[in-house]
Amino acid sequence: MIARVVNFFGDPKYAKPRRLLFYAVLVLVVVADFLAPRVHTEYLWERLPGWSALYGFGACVLIIFVSKFLGHQGKLMRREDYYD
Amino acid sequence: MTEFLHPTVLFLIGAVLIPVLNGLLRRIWLLLVPVLAIISVATATPGAYGSLRFLGQEILIARVDKLSLVFATVFTIMSLIGMIYALHLKRADQHVAAFAYVGSALGVVFAGDYLTLFLFWEGMAFASAYLIFAKRDQAATRAGFRYLMVHLTGGVALLAGIVIYGAANGSVLFGPVEGAMGVATYLILAAFMLNAAVPPLNAWLTDAYPEATVTGAVFMSAFTTKTAVYVLARAFPGTELLVWLGTAMAIYGVIYAVLENDCRRLLAYHIVSQVGYMVAGVGIGTEMAVNGAASHAFAHILYKALLFMGAGAVIYVTGRRKLTELGGLYRTMPLTVALYMIGAFAISAFPFFSGFVSKSMVVAAAGYDHRAWVMLLLTLASSGTFLHTGLKLPYYMFFAKDSGLRPPEPPRNMLIAMSIAAALCIGIGVYPAPLYALLPHEVDFVPYTAQHVTESLGILMFTALGFVLFLKSLDPEKTISLDTDWVYRKGARAFMWIADVPVARYEQAVSRFSETVGLRFLHRSANASLRADLGGVDAVVNGVASTILQGGRRLRRVQTGIVSQYAVAMVAGVVAAIAVYAVVWQ
Repeated sequence: MIARVVNFFGDPKYAKPRRLLFYAVLVLVVVADFLAPRVHTEYLWERLPGWSALYGFGACVLIIFVSKFLGHQGKLMRREDYYD
Repeated sequence: MTEFLHPTVLFLIGAVLIPVLNGLLRRIWLLLVPVLAIISVATATPGAYGSLRFLGQEILIARVDKLSLVFATVFTIMSLIGMIYALHLKRADQHVAAFAYVGSALGVVFAGDYLTLFLFWEGMAFASAYLIFAKRDQAATRAGFRYLMVHLTGGVALLAGIVIYGAANGSVLFGPVEGAMGVATYLILAAFMLNAAVPPLNAWLTDAYPEATVTGAVFMSAFTTKTAVYVLARAFPGTELLVWLGTAMAIYGVIYAVLENDCRRLLAYHIVSQVGYMVAGVGIGTEMAVNGAASHAFAHILYKALLFMGAGAVIYVTGRRKLTELGGLYRTMPLTVALYMIGAFAISAFPFFSGFVSKSMVVAAAGYDHRAWVMLLLTLASSGTFLHTGLKLPYYMFFAKDSGLRPPEPPRNMLIAMSIAAALCIGIGVYPAPLYALLPHEVDFVPYTAQHVTESLGILMFTALGFVLFLKSLDPEKTISLDTDWVYRKGARAFMWIADVPVARYEQAVSRFSETVGLRFLHRSANASLRADLGGVDAVVNGVASTILQGGRRLRRVQTGIVSQYAVAMVAGVVAAIAVYAVVWQ
């Protein structure tokens, strides 16, 4: 069973159902966020449905590009024999 | 009051007996000792044990209360998991070091005074360093020496802080620091922050852990940083500085994890990131925040060990550690993939996994404390956590391009250890009540609300979308990243340059002088001085250098050698520490 689940996520022949599943989950999550009752909302963003999706995506993109910028332009990344 | 059997005693006696036992008997012993330790912690009655006077100071070997018990509980559980994972090792040495390491960590967690704390603090440094040396290659030996050097420096700062603190306050009992921060408290705080890997004192961790043995790194991921979180929570709750350092740390680890190619170094950067949540929680200092820090430490030890076990299993069966050299392993290692992913879901705080019920407590505590920025930045860091540990690392390690490797699953004991950790990760996530009951303060927090669940899933799933869209940008590169260890890895060379170049210049000047001045007398005397310079000064310099080299070689022989010699060295260190202490106080 475990092997089959893992294989579903690895085998290229399942690429299409995998993608459909992923998009379905994305839509479901946003829909659920609009339906979820908001009990105590101290901050502005807690009142905005769908905010977490935007923030998650923005955070991810920001992290990737800021880090790579620091790595390449900020010279944090060096050749593997740098310390030898 | 019932008696309290200090689990450190169990582990130290356990360590002594390991080399004597053989075969099946030894394996039973290796598991029996952690089991007994779990029982001794589970049945411990809160109170003070082992109070005595030593050199005019009040010493308290063990103070058992809720804060120490929650850490001790997870430490003993972790020691059992770690021992199962390491059970296939034939030699005794790593087992002895692991027992000494766990015993010392428990000693710190129960220590009621700074001197007891200091002794076990140093014990931890030596015992854990052995787990690096035990890999027995040049990179590990070098990393091990750097690790020891950094921790001994931290130890000196701690001792200095303790001595000044004791002289000023007349007591070395270990508790919340009172009054204004002074030199002593800053020294102690710095030493604690060093072990918690707070930047810029973080590089020892990411430098050393990936060089440790496969089984050693699992132990190391659990104990050193979490004892530091414990002592911070005990002595410095509500220290504003820690809120910001913790938040910065959470993001620092995430940024470096993007750049990293070594699978265990990537995970090590996520230790820095996750410990950031705990440090921030301690800094906020409210009951909820300290609860959050303690529960997150509990959950973190289990899922981080699971992740290190998964990556270690891959290294064990393939002999490779770089993401650029791995890939496509899912075909033959589905169990390892599944177990690793449970750890990845737990660290990413997916609902029904352990991180969800602990990390959110820290974030919510920041919210209740009106710290919007801390809340937003910690949420940003948790997006990064899923991005690397949950997506990037498993994708490039197990899926992605086919590296052609078809390794088998790791030995059964490794799979069992990982399964136990995975079961706990899910168990805590599904039913957090027993963990919440262990926490130092009353828990007034409900993790499972519709809003919280959809919010977390929104963050996580749209992080995944970002990953899918920008996959190409995340391809691992064959590089290493500069971190603050540059200071003592390259900085030391700058120091050598200063020592080297002026001396060389001086020699050149002398020889030029002797050549250009025609007078024989001067020539001869200059020659004489040159000779003295070459024969005398250089000989001394070379002599010192070769002595140091030889010393290093001898030291290396000691470390690859016999455990008993190690024990002698540790005892000598302890005696020296007591002597220093005695001289200062008398």
